[in-house]
Amino acid sequence: MNQMQSPSDQPRRPVLVLFAHPALQKSRVNSKLIDGLDQIPGVTFHDLYEAYPDLCIDVRAEQELLETHDVVIFQHPFYWYSTPSILKEWQDLVLEHGWAYGSTGNALRGKTLLSVVSTGGKESAYHPDGYNRHTVRQLLAPIEQTAHLCGMTFLAPFVAHATLRIPTDVLAVHTSDYHRLVIALRDDQVDLEKAAARDRSFINQDLNDVIRGEIR
Amino acid sequence: MHGESLFIQALLYLAAAAIAVPLAKRLGLGSVLGYLGAGILIGPYVLGLVGSEGEDVMHFAEFGVVMMLFLVGLELQPRRLWEMRVPVLGLGGAQVVLSAVVIAGIGLIVGLPWQTALAIGLTLALSSTAIVLQTLREKGLMKTEGGQSSFAVLLMQDIAVIPMLALFPLLAVRDGALHGGNVAADGGSHSETWLQSLALPGWAEALAVLGAIAIVIVGGQVLARPFFRFVASSRMREAFTAAALMLVIGIAVLMTKVGLSPALGTFVAGVVLANSEYRHELESDIDPFKGLLLGVFFIAVGASIDFALIAAEPINIALIVVGLIAVKMLVLFLLGRVFGMKLDQNLLFTFALAQGGEFAFVLVSFALQAGVMTIEVAAPIIAATAISMALTPILMIINERLVQPRFGTCEADNRAADQIDHQSAVIVAGFGDFGGTVVRFLRANGVRPTVLENNSEHIDFLRRLGLKAYYGDARRSELLHAAGAAEARMLVIAVGGEGRTMELVELARKHFPHLKIFARADGWFEAFDLVKAGVDYVYRENADTALRAGSDLLCVLGLRGHQVHRAAKKFLQGDERTMRVLAESWGDDQAYFSAARQRIDNLEQVMLADLSEDQQGDSGWDAESIREDFADGYHER
Repeated sequence: MNQMQSPSDQPRRPVLVLFAHPALQKSRVNSKLIDGLDQIPGVTFHDLYEAYPDLCIDVRAEQELLETHDVVIFQHPFYWYSTPSILKEWQDLVLEHGWAYGSTGNALRGKTLLSVVSTGGKESAYHPDGYNRHTVRQLLAPIEQTAHLCGMTFLAPFVAHATLRIPTDVLAVHTSDYHRLVIALRDDQVDLEKAAARDRSFINQDLNDVIRGEIR
Repeated sequence: MHGESLFIQALLYLAAAAIAVPLAKRLGLGSVLGYLGAGILIGPYVLGLVGSEGEDVMHFAEFGVVMMLFLVGLELQPRRLWEMRVPVLGLGGAQVVLSAVVIAGIGLIVGLPWQTALAIGLTLALSSTAIVLQTLREKGLMKTEGGQSSFAVLLMQDIAVIPMLALFPLLAVRDGALHGGNVAADGGSHSETWLQSLALPGWAEALAVLGAIAIVIVGGQVLARPFFRFVASSRMREAFTAAALMLVIGIAVLMTKVGLSPALGTFVAGVVLANSEYRHELESDIDPFKGLLLGVFFIAVGASIDFALIAAEPINIALIVVGLIAVKMLVLFLLGRVFGMKLDQNLLFTFALAQGGEFAFVLVSFALQAGVMTIEVAAPIIAATAISMALTPILMIINERLVQPRFGTCEADNRAADQIDHQSAVIVAGFGDFGGTVVRFLRANGVRPTVLENNSEHIDFLRRLGLKAYYGDARRSELLHAAGAAEARMLVIAVGGEGRTMELVELARKHFPHLKIFARADGWFEAFDLVKAGVDYVYRENADTALRAGSDLLCVLGLRGHQVHRAAKKFLQGDERTMRVLAESWGDDQAYFSAARQRIDNLEQVMLADLSEDQQGDSGWDAESIREDFADGYHER
């Protein structure tokens, strides 16, 4: 798995996974998706609800984490078309003016942001003609704009659809796709421009299209 | 005085006080007027219950003035006193000199020898510290500009007595002092003092006087604190009271020995101790004695008014009284103007100080002794002084009700701000682990509570940490009062120990019903008692800590942190509800066995309530029903 890592054993682009699930003990999808994620070299898995059970976020520590990583991943279930509350709290507090944005806020410039979400509804429900009337990417507009304001590249989200009744084999595909994407991001093997393209509604519709020159 | 008559005297004075003061208060006249009225009533001219011994009582009771100045000193930080040097020396000095000159001038005009006129002028220039301060305090006017100025002038007058006593022998108009004239406890300085009896040269005498003041200042700074700590470590309330009285009386004796005013000496001692942690305790220990002695003093003043003399020469006396008040008012008002007081404050200042003072009794008897005036002159002066003192509370009521509403401007805003400056909104009683944590947390967030603690070792430790705490048992309403309970908004009760919390709750409820109470409870059963007693905020001491331990246990067992956090919160909320519900059925007069039985029943109910609490919940994050909907194809539509 590590063949593309640089000879110095330093990951090209260290990955920080900010994971937010308030009731992981009941989770079937996300608990599978993160299984083994923290074992991948160059990936820091950060379980926000576990780190801050009372939602009292250590802003300084979070900023230091961000400073030492190039790829930031928001992974969470899609609650009311948005993040669980702790991730909103995290944005409100950590992305300070003068640090993340504003005339002197350059700390996140050039970094990459990826949203990884699980939705109960099917892919067809997240469509202008569907039950939810918007695509997941459209609904993630606040985060996309946040990334833009901070000078980050926002990629099309990684979406696990229809998780309410997901077959085991489909979940396994999602998990391996997700981990493959994380490693490619770490090794700078993702065509960021393609992955961020506006017309791409979710990144895992065709991973081969955005991951380049990969030896598998 | 032998035993029985002493008790009968005491009974008379106390009965007069107990009946007249509440009556006067109810009529809105203030306690001083009540005491004076009671004195007139039991005096020789109305009921005749007390006779000439009233004067002895008065001289003894003047010690109340000494105590009052000690208390005033306790409330005055040395820095504040230094800031007051201009009003004391300037305003006070000018008042004494100007009043003395004008009154002496009138004396000359009516044909008195100049020596006698000067002595009368100096004597009547002085006002009554006792009546003025007591009245101002009672009305809560001490911290206003007018109150502060009045205080400054009174302080200067206290100092001025000393040179006056030295001057009087030089004013003798004839040889051979009159017999009589009492040796007052307060003004003992006018008889030959111990120091004078040594016949030291002038410089040595001055040195001794300075030495005595130095003893008070240095002793107060260096010795008082370890001494009080030693006494307090006995944890005997009376020992501390004895020590406080000893301090005041000791200083009074020392000052009398060297010929200084004891009131001045104890005032200095009070200022020196104003920064000490024992301040509130001293205040609450001395205060009842002061109050009682002052009351007796006022009664004695009332009883000493010579109505026979007034009846004999009513016009003469009336003229002296009116003239005295008018001259003093005029001088005071002019000085108030010159020193830039606002009109309302100047009026307060003018009306407050327009009387003769208790020093007049001392100075006149001294003047008689020294042959400065004759008894024919002295008697009307004494009578007029007593009457003017009795009129002071009435004058202040006139100022308050008739003059201020027309001429004064509103000063309410000014006062409110002042008090917030001096007092804290929060009083924390008990500086153990619980109270200490509360105080640290408040301070860390910019709130500085007033702290009362009954363990002097705790206080030492806290002071080394740079925290401010006062020594004293919060279960005394005087100490609560001294700590500013009347102005505070919240009281934290963290005193612990069987029944002590409840005692304090009841005390606070009774004397300071406006305080919101935050009480620590030892366990369920004390909590029930407190809730039942209507305490707003009740904290079972170990509840939160135990839940933190339980939470950590669950986390180490592998449960999710946030889940455990919410579970602990919900558990605590459930406990609070249970506490309120069970407290309602908590009996208050159960026999021991049934009370114990009830305790167990209650605990059972608490434990059963735990089981019915929904420890899962939070279905918003993962609802089963939505899965069922999904299976029904609801989302396909």
